[in-house]
Amino acid sequence: MRNIWTIGIREYKHYFSSPIAYAVAFVIMLIVGILFYVNLVSYANYGMAPGIQIVIGPLVTLLLFTTPAVTMNTMADEQKTGTLELLLTAPVRDHEIIIGKWFGGFLFILTILLASWIFPIILNQLVSPGIDQGELLASYLGLALMCAAFVAIGIAASSLFSNQIAAFFLTLGIIMALWMISYPAQSMGAGGGEIVRYLDLGEHFYSTFYKGLIDLKDVIYYLSLTAVSLFLGSVSVESRRWR
Amino acid sequence: MIHVTGLTKDYGKRRAITNLNFDVKKGEIVGFLGPNGAGKTTTMRILTGYMPPTSGKVEIGGYDVIENPLEVRRMVGYLPETVPLYNDMTVFDYMMYMARIRHIENAEDRIDDVLEMVSMEDRSSGYIGKLSKGMRQRVGLAQAILHKPDVLILDEPTIGLDPGQIIEVRNIIKDLGKEHTVMLSTHILPEAQQVCDRVIIINKGQFVAEDSTERLQTRLTGAQRVHLSIRGDASEVLPVVSSTPGVINVSSTGIDSLEFESKPGEDVRSTVARNVISAGYDLLELKKVSMSLEDIFLELTRDEILPEHSTEISDSPEIEPEEMR
Repeated sequence: MRNIWTIGIREYKHYFSSPIAYAVAFVIMLIVGILFYVNLVSYANYGMAPGIQIVIGPLVTLLLFTTPAVTMNTMADEQKTGTLELLLTAPVRDHEIIIGKWFGGFLFILTILLASWIFPIILNQLVSPGIDQGELLASYLGLALMCAAFVAIGIAASSLFSNQIAAFFLTLGIIMALWMISYPAQSMGAGGGEIVRYLDLGEHFYSTFYKGLIDLKDVIYYLSLTAVSLFLGSVSVESRRWR
Repeated sequence: MIHVTGLTKDYGKRRAITNLNFDVKKGEIVGFLGPNGAGKTTTMRILTGYMPPTSGKVEIGGYDVIENPLEVRRMVGYLPETVPLYNDMTVFDYMMYMARIRHIENAEDRIDDVLEMVSMEDRSSGYIGKLSKGMRQRVGLAQAILHKPDVLILDEPTIGLDPGQIIEVRNIIKDLGKEHTVMLSTHILPEAQQVCDRVIIINKGQFVAEDSTERLQTRLTGAQRVHLSIRGDASEVLPVVSSTPGVINVSSTGIDSLEFESKPGEDVRSTVARNVISAGYDLLELKKVSMSLEDIFLELTRDEILPEHSTEISDSPEIEPEEMR
């Protein structure tokens, strides 16, 4: 536990000296900001009050593409600078390295989410009688859970490759596949389709958290996706020793 | 302290090391010698638990590297060949990170001590990315000794340093050897000669020889190298010397001097002296020159004068001398 914390905190600090992290944070804030403004204006033209969805919607899509960029470096960098050899010969278990890395990356994404909180605050000032606080909290909880899974997938992919670009595309590929998996499910029979639909990343977010609902089955889905990815990541680090 | 039996490692189809056996006793400084690609790094990586061997057994301080990896890693300080540093951290932060990973108490005091040992105390707030190669090496060394490990494993600790820094690092290692068991790899032979109590020589992944640096000279070649100088032109006495029984490898080393070797186990100095004088030359000097480890090494890995248990070595293509310094 202590090792996970140590590795995680170092990883978190490391993001603040990496250009990719700043680029990601900048892109997210910029695009969400632009769409936020555009939505506000068009809602105002129709004389309607916008909900928190005008922030959350773009945020989800952006995180889908940017989380792989945040995590692609994690293991690749350690491999390149030789510090992986340091970690693998330190009295640290392989899974502690992976969970520590995940923890650091997750903290970083949480920091970006926290920074994006500025938009709901502005929105709350603009619309009367304010935005639905339940929707806000549920959406952000859903976002955090989803990002936990994204980061875990990213770390696992990054532990497979010593090349960042490969790690980026593998992560993006897995996330996109999980995102779109319910489309083929529609043409499948009831039983199989149901199982495949359960695997869908977006389904667990849009039908509940996004609408302000918290369902335990969605929480479990994201947590188990995170756990499975971290487990595979640990296996991959361990197998690295045998190569 | 370190006990290695039957160590073998394959990378795919390529066999990197074959059936290595050796022991390192507590408090010894042992040099691990071999040309590039001999399997030094592979062996050290197995010792530190970075990778498992294909077969064989490694015990450090009584713990098996595979069965009790964490115990072994707690006991070992390791400086890999590429110094493992995070460029975006300050020296102090990096040391602190290592101290936390190693659960060191009173970390700040210990870090100060260690940085002082490697004379880096005035750079502790500097960023690692801005350090020179020699300083990076010293930080790497500081990291390896931070937790007062019983066993220190150093992979080419002086590579890429300038001569002044090399001497500094060697002195640090010698100091460390007073309290720790040290195993260092190098392909710089004088280094092993200066620093180590004992050397283990491997080539092409196979054991070649193992002994104390002095004994290795006599045991392996058994030969003496003798320096001879006369008044006048030494090339004139060359035939006289070379015709003396027991003398081999006569070579001219200057206008008035030459060097020769004796056959193993023979002391030919008196016969040579008598022959030279009776041939009418003025003998000025006749002295034993100690063979450098470098000469021995070249003989061991290139010629086929090999100790009993390493006969297969001559089967493999030989290394070029340029590979060694």
